[in-house]
Formats: sequence, C-alpha cells, structure tokens
Amino acid sequence: MIPAEYYQRDRNRQPPALTPGYKTSVARSPRFALLSLEQTISEITGPTFGHGDIAPIDNDLLKNYAHGGDPIGERIIVHGRVLDENARPVPNTLVEVWQANASGRYRHKKDTYLGALDPNFGGCGRTITDENGYYFFRTVKPGAYPWRNNVNNWRPAHIHVSVFGASFSQRLITQLYFEGDPLIPLCPIVQTIPDPEAIQQLIARLDMNATIPLDSIAYRFDIVLRGRRSTLFENRLEGN
Amino acid sequence: MTQRLDYLKESASQTAGPYVHIGLAPGAAGFNIYDQELGWDIAGPKAAGERIRIEGVVSDGTGSPIKDVLLEAWQANAAGHYAHPEGGGAVEEGFRGWGRIITDFDTGEWGFDTVKPGPLKGRGGKMQAPHINLWIVARGINIGLNTRMYFSDEAAANAADPVINLIEWERRRQTLIAVRSLRDGLPVYRFDIRIQGEDETVFFDI
Repeated sequence: MIPAEYYQRDRNRQPPALTPGYKTSVARSPRFALLSLEQTISEITGPTFGHGDIAPIDNDLLKNYAHGGDPIGERIIVHGRVLDENARPVPNTLVEVWQANASGRYRHKKDTYLGALDPNFGGCGRTITDENGYYFFRTVKPGAYPWRNNVNNWRPAHIHVSVFGASFSQRLITQLYFEGDPLIPLCPIVQTIPDPEAIQQLIARLDMNATIPLDSIAYRFDIVLRGRRSTLFENRLEGN
Repeated sequence: MTQRLDYLKESASQTAGPYVHIGLAPGAAGFNIYDQELGWDIAGPKAAGERIRIEGVVSDGTGSPIKDVLLEAWQANAAGHYAHPEGGGAVEEGFRGWGRIITDFDTGEWGFDTVKPGPLKGRGGKMQAPHINLWIVARGINIGLNTRMYFSDEAAANAADPVINLIEWERRRQTLIAVRSLRDGLPVYRFDIRIQGEDETVFFDI
C-alpha cells in the first residue's frame, strides 16, 4: 500500500518564526527559509500511546495533585474533540495540558511571580481521545499573569495543549483561551498568529449544555490537526 | 457561487512557553505527579542494534544555549522500521522510537541514549540514510521546528540521501550530521543545533 501524505501546513494561518512583537522570537527564529520536504515514511508515522501509558486520574487536575483538599479557583470542565482537516475524529491520541493556577502562578521552579502557589494544584494533565476523538479535563480556570516583554504585558488566561495525532507531521502545541477575555487582543503571543479567524479558533466557548449545575462551568475546545489525502489516484509517494 | 470546500483548518500553533516542562516533563519542573513520565526510554531494553548516546546544545542567534528548550525524537529501529501501523515492519517489544529530551537548566546541554536506526526506503524507492527526526519547541519558538539528525559514520549513505541532497548549499548539509566519537567505549554523537546565525541548522517544512 502506498502511504498517503498529509496536507501541507497553511503557513498563512500559522505564526511565522520571527514576530518582533513577541521579543523572545527575535533571537530564536531561523533566518533561512524552511526547506519544504515531500513526506516519507519518517513524516507520515509517529508515536502511538495507549491507556497503559497514563492513569485514569491524569485528566482530573482538581484531584491529581490534591494534598488534603481541592485547589482554589473556578471549577471548570474543558472538553471537545480532536479532528483532522477532513473533519474526521482523531481517536486514541495523547492530549497533554498544562496551566497556571487560579492566581496565575505556575508550579515550576523557574516561575517567581507574586501569585501564590496552591498546595493542591499541580497544573498538568493528560488523556487519550476516545474512538470519536473526544476528550475532557476537569480543572480550575487559570489566572492571567504578567510577563516580561513590554513592561506591562499580561497573558490572557490560557491552557497549553499538546497533541500528537497519528503522525509526526501532525504534532502540535497550542494554547486555549477563554471566551470574553479582554486580554486576548492585547497579547503579543496571540498576535503572532497572522489570521484573525485562526485566533478565534483558539478561543474556547462557554458550553452551558456541558456545564454541571451547582458544580462546574464547561468550555468547549475543538482542536484541528492536519488532514490526510484520500484520493483514489496514487500520489506517487513511493514514486512508482 | 462556486461550491464550497468544507475542509476544516489546522489549529494555529502557539509557543510552548518557558514552563513546557510542567506539562511534558513535570519532574524537571520540580514536582512528581505521574506514575510514569513519557518519552524517557526511546529504544527499550530489547532493541537490536548499536547502543549510542547523542548529545548537544540548541543555541540562539546570539550563540547562547537555549536552556528551556524541549526536543522530541522520532526514529526507526535498527531494521529501519518505525513503531507505527505504517512503519514498514515489526519492532522489538518495548521499542517506541519516540523520546522527549530536556536540557540541564544551567548549561543547556542535553543528551539521550538510544539505538542507531537503520536505513529505510524513501520516495521513489531511494534509500534514506539512517536518521533521527527531531522536533524542537521552546519559549520564543512560535511553531515547532522540524529537523533531521544524520550520522557522521554513514558518509556513503549520507551522500546518497535524497533529503540531504535537497539542500542546495553543500555547506549547510553539514548542519544535519552528528559527529561520532567514543567515550569509554560507548559511541557518542555530538549534534549542536543552531536556531539562527552562523551555520544555522536546516529546518524542514514537513
């Protein structure tokens, strides 16, 4: 069988490497053009994960670092589907998240922000999508926090999301933002994305249907990975 | 109106940020939360082939090490098979071929142990020289950078490799070749990645 290629990444929607408004990118961006590579078996394969790799509690950030209590903050559910550009679900794929706590502080030895650490909150989780590409996490809503770029830059509340897909060419790290956050349009990291519609796609929507009354507010966040060809004509990946 | 194409569009990438370790390597961030962190053992104990170590530094446009970088490796086994349903054949039990590599926060030095991958078929039936695929994320990197690491002791295979030969500038091809030496009898390859500046590493749009 001839393996089919993944669609080319739309670089008009993806952030370029050099984005001077996000100052750290200036010295950390290649100056030469990326070399476009027709995919081989090295690019159309990627690591696979199973439920043996993770624990059932790993997607519950309210409980997975609890030390005698629950974390402080707004209890939320983040849920959605991982899809490809053909709108097909991406099943059995690893989704990892990390975030600041409700006061905007990360549990990381390099984070020195004034916001208090929460003894019951680690701030990371992971899960594997089901056969429909569905995933969910329970957590607290992260707080905004200041960062050194311009003197007065604040990150909007966000959750970092890492997804694998079925191949190394689908590998993606992005950030989830929350509907209605006034810091989103002010953020130099958000603004590295050149396409306003692509920014909107990273803003999770309040989802009252999935909200658990008297318990947790839900936000819906679908993630789209690169799609794959399925045309009947051979695309000559092997050149024969 | 013409018909509409109903494709979705890939979600935009955002930087992994300075605290990527919390999510992907929490032990390095300073706390233990998972029963097992993923990606520390690339080859597993049963993999055939030569046991090797790979070390390097990722440096920025000023030549300084990027101390908060995270790399992921994706490689075939010694037979040239990836651990994937379309990977070309069976792999040893415990061989995942995928690894996560973080740096020493003080020096930026990173290293990992694995087995040397075998050659494998590329497009048009041409053989690809043994290589390890690398994906690099960090604060200041807006979208993960893809590159490949080849091996200095595979000069003939490298000279025939169709991907290396795509690089128009022969001088730049050297940026993808890790240099082999022996340390206490163990093969160690040095692979420094330069994000920007003199001898900038070749990165791919895959």
